[in-house]
Amino acid sequence: MRPWRGLAAVLAAFILLLPTLPAAAEEADYDFSAAVDALRVKSYADKEVAISALADTGNDRSIEVLEGLLVGRLFYRKSDQRMVLAEPQDVDYEIRDAATGEPLGTTGKRKLKKIGINNKLRKHLRGTIARLNLAHNDPAVRMAAVKEMMRNLDAAASDLLRAAMARERDVKVREAIRSGIALADLDSPDAAIRLRAVTDLTGSLLPEARNRLSGLAERNADGSSSGPDETVSLAARKALQSIESKLALNRLAETVFFGLSLGSVLLLAAIGLAITFGVMGVINMAHGELIMLGAYTTYLVQLAMPNHLDYSLFVAIPAAFLVAGLFGIAIEQGVIRYLYGRPLETLLATFGISLILQQLVRTTISAQNVAVSNPSWMSGSMEINPALAITYNRLYILIFALLVFAALLAVLKRTSLGLQVRAVSQNRAMAKAMGIRSEWVDAMTFGLGSGIAGVAGVALSQLTNVGPNMGQSYIIDSFMVVVFGGVANLWGTLVGAMSLGVANKFLEPFAGAVLAKILVLVFIILFIQKRPRGLFPQKGRAAEG
Amino acid sequence: MRLFPSLLDNDRGGRIFMGLLGVVCVLVPIFNLAVPETSPFHMSTYTVTLLGKYLTFALLALSVDLIWGYCGILSLGHGAFFALGGYAMGMHLMRQIGERGVYGHPVLPDFMVFLNWEKLPWYWYGFDQFWFAMLMVMLVPGLLALVFGWLAFRSRVTGVYLSIITQALTFALMLAFFRNEMGFGGNNGLTDFKDILGFNLQSDGTRIGIFLASAIALTLAYLACRYIVDSKMGRVVKAVRDAEDRTRFLGYRVEQYKLWLFVFSAVLAGIAGALYVPQVGIINPGEFSPINSIELVIWVAVGGRGTLYGAIAGALLVNYGKTYFTAAMPEVWLFALGLLFVLVTRFLPAGIVGLLRRRGAEAAT
Repeated sequence: MRPWRGLAAVLAAFILLLPTLPAAAEEADYDFSAAVDALRVKSYADKEVAISALADTGNDRSIEVLEGLLVGRLFYRKSDQRMVLAEPQDVDYEIRDAATGEPLGTTGKRKLKKIGINNKLRKHLRGTIARLNLAHNDPAVRMAAVKEMMRNLDAAASDLLRAAMARERDVKVREAIRSGIALADLDSPDAAIRLRAVTDLTGSLLPEARNRLSGLAERNADGSSSGPDETVSLAARKALQSIESKLALNRLAETVFFGLSLGSVLLLAAIGLAITFGVMGVINMAHGELIMLGAYTTYLVQLAMPNHLDYSLFVAIPAAFLVAGLFGIAIEQGVIRYLYGRPLETLLATFGISLILQQLVRTTISAQNVAVSNPSWMSGSMEINPALAITYNRLYILIFALLVFAALLAVLKRTSLGLQVRAVSQNRAMAKAMGIRSEWVDAMTFGLGSGIAGVAGVALSQLTNVGPNMGQSYIIDSFMVVVFGGVANLWGTLVGAMSLGVANKFLEPFAGAVLAKILVLVFIILFIQKRPRGLFPQKGRAAEG
Repeated sequence: MRLFPSLLDNDRGGRIFMGLLGVVCVLVPIFNLAVPETSPFHMSTYTVTLLGKYLTFALLALSVDLIWGYCGILSLGHGAFFALGGYAMGMHLMRQIGERGVYGHPVLPDFMVFLNWEKLPWYWYGFDQFWFAMLMVMLVPGLLALVFGWLAFRSRVTGVYLSIITQALTFALMLAFFRNEMGFGGNNGLTDFKDILGFNLQSDGTRIGIFLASAIALTLAYLACRYIVDSKMGRVVKAVRDAEDRTRFLGYRVEQYKLWLFVFSAVLAGIAGALYVPQVGIINPGEFSPINSIELVIWVAVGGRGTLYGAIAGALLVNYGKTYFTAAMPEVWLFALGLLFVLVTRFLPAGIVGLLRRRGAEAAT
C-alpha cells in the first residue's frame, strides 16, 4: 500500500505544479521589473533599500542596471515612466529597456530624466556590484571583480572578499582573493595580522603588493624603519626582495620571448634566402620584395573576403606562397639563369627587379601603407601572471615560423626534390652527371624559397606596417642571419635567427633600439673574421665550391 | 708641347674625355658669367651646379670602377665614404656660419643650440680650419676603409659576402647618423651653409669656382687612377681580379694590394663627397642609404667597368636620365632604373663602352 500512496502523492504534486512553472518565471520577471522601477523613488535612503532589493533578486541583468546607475546612464522616460539604459549618440540617446534589455530606438535628451545618486549611494553601489560580481558564475568575471576591488580596498571590501573566499572554488581566483585580503590586512591595527599579511604577499606579482610593501619597507634617513613596527618592516623588506627577484625573472622571460619573437620574424625572412643562396650561391636582392608581395596578397585576400576576416589568413598563406613562388620562378627563368657563375651581376640584376616590384606595387595599389587587419584570434594576450603577458600574435607567429621551418626541413630531407636540391647544392657537376636536371632543380628551389618569402610576408603583415618599402629592411638582416648561421644549413639559420633576435632584445634596454642594431651588425662583421663560413659551416669538398 | 700627358698615350677614351672636359671647363664659365642673362645662350647657375654635381658623381663612379672594374671588389657601401667626406666638408661649412645662424651662437651650430648642448663635442674641434677639414675629408674615409678592409681582406671575405658586409656598413652608419646624440644634426643633417673660404656660396662666381674645382679633382683623380692601373701594382691587381688564389700562390700579398687600392678608392669617394656638399647645400644621413651605393654601381656598369672613362660616362648618362625622368615622369624612374639594372647585367656586361668597342672592332674588319 505504502509505495503506491507515495507515488500517487508525487504524481499529484507534479500535476498540480506543472501549469505554475512558466507562471513562476513570469512572476520573477515581473518582480525584477518592479525592483528596477523601485529605483525611481525620490529619497536616497529609499533608493539604498531599492538597490539592495534589486541585488537580492538574483537576476543576471541586475549588475548591468546597477552599473548603469553608477555611471549615470540609468534614466526614466518622462512619457511612460519606463526605466531605460541610455547610450549617448551624437545629439540623442540610444535607449533600451532597463529590465529586459529590449532596444527602444533613439530619443531626445529632454524626454529622459536621470536617476540621481549621491556619494553615499555611490559607495553602496560599488560594494553591491562587487558583491554580485564576486558571486557570478563565470570565474573570469569574479577575477575581474577581485582586481577591481584591489584598487580601492576598505574595510567593507575586505569583508566582502572574506565572504567570497569561503565560497570560492577556483584556484586562481582564490589566490587573487587571498592577496586582496592580505593587502587589506596591511592596514590592520594588529601587528600580528600585519605580519601575516606581509608573509602572505611574499612572492606576489601584483603591482599593488609591490607598492604597498615598498612603502612599509622604506627606511628613514637614520636607518630606522619608517613603519610603526620593526618586525613588520623587516618582513616587508624580505617580501619585497623575493618580489623583486621574481619580477626580474619575469622580465628576463619577457625579454627572451620578445627576442624569440624577433628571431621568428628573422627566421621567416631568412629561411627562403638561405635555401636559394645555399643551393645556387646567388643573393636574391628581391627577396624582401617577395616578402612584400606576400603581405600584399594578404591584404588583397582580406579585401576579397571582408566578412570572413578570421579565416582570411588560412586562404592568404597558400595564396601568398603561390604568388611569391610564381614571381620567384619568373625571376629565375627570366634573369638569373642567364647569370650563373656571375654572382655579383646576379646581385645587381635582382636589385633592379626589387626596384621594379616596389614601383609596381606603388603604381597598381598605393604608395601609402595599406591596412591589414588582425583576425580576432590573433589579438589579445595570454596573461601568465600579473607581471607577464604574451601577446597572441607574437606567440602564433613564433609557432608558425617553427612549423614552416619543420615543413621545409621535411621537404629537403624526405622528398626526392629535397634530395636533388641537396645534391645540386653539394656538387653541381656531379649531380648533373648522375642525371639530375639541375636547371629544373634551380627553378624549383628558387620557387620554393620565394614561396616561403611570401608566406613570411603573411606573418609579417600581422606584426608590422605593410607598404612598398617593407621588404628593403629585411634583406640585410636576413643575409646577416644566413651568414651567421652558415650557408646551406637550415639548422644554422634557425640558431642564427633566434640568437640574433634574442641578442638584439637584450641589448636594447642598454643601448636603445638603433644602437642595438648597429652593435649586432658590428658583431657580425667581426664574427665573420673568426668564422668566415658561419656557425655551422659545410664540411668537406662542398665547402670549397 | 704635348696636349695630353704621356700617361694617356694608350688611352683613347681618356683623351676624348679630357678634351671634352677641357672644352666644357672653358665654355661653362663663359656662358654663365660673360653671356648676358637675356641671351638664349646664357647658362643658368642652376645648370652649372647640376653639371658640377654630375662631375662629383663621376669622381665617385671612378673610385668604384677602380676597385670593381680592376680588382673585382664589388663595394655596395661606397656611398658611406662619399657621405663621410661630405660630412667633413659640411662640418667645416657649419663652423663658417658663425654668428649668422638662427640662434646667433658664436661657436655652436644651430642644431646643437636647439638640443641645449653646452659646448662643442670634441670631434668638432679643428673643423673651423679649412686645411684641417680637407685633411679629414681624406683621412676619415681612408681610415674607415683601412680598418674595414684590413678586417675583411685579412679573413678573405670575398664576393657577395663582401658586397653585403659593405652594405651593412653603410646601413649601420645611416642608422647611427640618424641619431641626434651622434652630434651630426640627426635627421636634418647639416645645411644652411653661408660661405666657403670667405666666398658667398650663393654667388655665381663661387659656383663656377666649385665647378672648376670638381673638374680639376676629376682630372687629377683620373690621371692618378690611370697611373695606378698602368703600373706594376695595377697589373697585380688585375691578376687578383682574374685569379685571386693563383696570384697568392705566386707570392704576392693579395690582401695588401686589395687593401691599399680600397683605401685609395675610399679617399677619392670622400673627396667627391666634399665637393658635392657645397654645391647641393646639404648633407644628411640619407646619403648613407644602401640604395645610393647600389645605384652608383649601376652607373659604372652602364658605362662599362674596367675602363675608368666608362665609369665617368655612365655616371653622367644615368644621372642626366635621372634628372630628366624624375622631373618629367617621376613614376617611371624606378621602373627605368630597375630595368637598367636587369638589362645591363643581362645584355651589356661590358657597358656602353664595350658596345662601342665591339662596333669599332666590327667596322675595322
